[in-house]
Amino acid sequence: MKISLRKNLGAFALEVELKVEEGELLALTGASGAGKTMLLRCVAGLEKPDSGTINFHDESWYDSARGICLPAQQRRAGFMFQDYALFPNMTVRGNLEFAQRKGASRKRVDDLLEMMALGDLQHSKPATLSGGQKQRAALARALAAEPRLLLLDEPLSALDRETRLRLQDEILAMHRQFGLTTLIVSHDVSEIYKLARRVAVLESGHITREGAPADVFGAGHEGGKFRFAGEVLAIEQADVVFAVSILVGNQIVRIIATPDEAAQLKIGSRIMLLSKAFNPMLQVV
Amino acid sequence: MSYDWTPLLLSFKLAAVTTLILAVIGIPFAWWLSATRTRFKPALEALVSMPLVLPPSVLGFYLLLAFSPNNFFGKFIDQWFGVRLAFSFEGLVIASVIFSLPFMVHPVQSGFQSLPASLSEAACTLGKSRFVTFLRVLLPNIKPSLLAGMVLAFAHTIGEFGVILMIGGKLPGETLTASIVIYDEVGSLHYATANFYAMVLFAVCFTILLVVFLLNKKILRAGG
Repeated sequence: MKISLRKNLGAFALEVELKVEEGELLALTGASGAGKTMLLRCVAGLEKPDSGTINFHDESWYDSARGICLPAQQRRAGFMFQDYALFPNMTVRGNLEFAQRKGASRKRVDDLLEMMALGDLQHSKPATLSGGQKQRAALARALAAEPRLLLLDEPLSALDRETRLRLQDEILAMHRQFGLTTLIVSHDVSEIYKLARRVAVLESGHITREGAPADVFGAGHEGGKFRFAGEVLAIEQADVVFAVSILVGNQIVRIIATPDEAAQLKIGSRIMLLSKAFNPMLQVV
Repeated sequence: MSYDWTPLLLSFKLAAVTTLILAVIGIPFAWWLSATRTRFKPALEALVSMPLVLPPSVLGFYLLLAFSPNNFFGKFIDQWFGVRLAFSFEGLVIASVIFSLPFMVHPVQSGFQSLPASLSEAACTLGKSRFVTFLRVLLPNIKPSLLAGMVLAFAHTIGEFGVILMIGGKLPGETLTASIVIYDEVGSLHYATANFYAMVLFAVCFTILLVVFLLNKKILRAGG
């Protein structure tokens, strides 16, 4: 898929050139209001760019010069909304069945319900589901429509850490099974490391960095043998050094830091944990 | 003493027909109003709300002029559809539809506006047409608003007095509704008869509203 578009967003313009390979899972990241959601909405056909082109395979979805703008209904781009947008009047199963194309088999719904572990909840209304269950139902519904492309707008940001980790695994498994070209918006560095081979950083409407997560998040030139993304949980002074507790994945590790290093850190800081020979060191990302 | 039930039946018939027509045209119109980006929207909303503030006699006066077979609109309807609108039940229906329009449109429009935009957008990305989305996603999720709109339109038509007085002409069985009869009977000092019609209207309207609020509570509790 090739995207080349421009849209005025008031304070700045969204100007994006982006190529996504078939079957690739690409992460989009950047500060709130940088235009990530708008980019996804333009690709889905929910918003119309001011100019540019969007090509999916050899099909033109949008081409301002030729006056083409394929309606969202015909793009078959599965979109997962931040609020999940499950239809409150239908059961989980009803949501999936409604999403199906004409003549699609009921078995696909059964398979998706099973895959997302929603079998027991299939007759429940969305209002009774937890955040993680809603997220799974929304993902299953998007897949029930047999999309050609998957757009996930911060699918996991509203969930607690444990649920998030589990659902990251499910998204990965789903991506392996269906091989769908996927764009995922995420703020979470560790999530991007886990899910995507490639990440694009959007700043004020422009893609400023693009590449493998390790390169983009600035650890590439360190030459470390191991890299882990983590989050600082606590910083404690112990004599002349500092003990820093860091959450990596779902493990907590304690690392000694010098006062200079510790001064750069705050609780909640996103850090990269590098193992260089036998000296682990910390670097703020 | 036996009373004539015709005016009461006529009132309820008028309210039922008006509500039905308003459901068919008012609900899609409210949907369109909630979604439109036209710059005429404020003007349209003001027009729809006019019956709330305008004296019924003003509207009745202009409708009377419009319905007159001597004028363009009345003549057009008369010649093409063979319907005389002035002093007829059909005329009352058109007047009631115009007059009760805000009572249907306002609650339904705010119902549509209270739904997150992502619901229609989700249906859109799932390949569903606007019509299917309207019918299967939007309407079922604003049931309380639909109910409120229909009941308000119905009740307001039952209670309508000024417009009907202006354009009805008090023809028994055709345009003489209960609210007019009450006024006339009081004018002739027949308090007992007036009381009968007033009591029936009171009881029926109260019962309708009571049932609606009970139902509404049930719908809300069931989560829509």
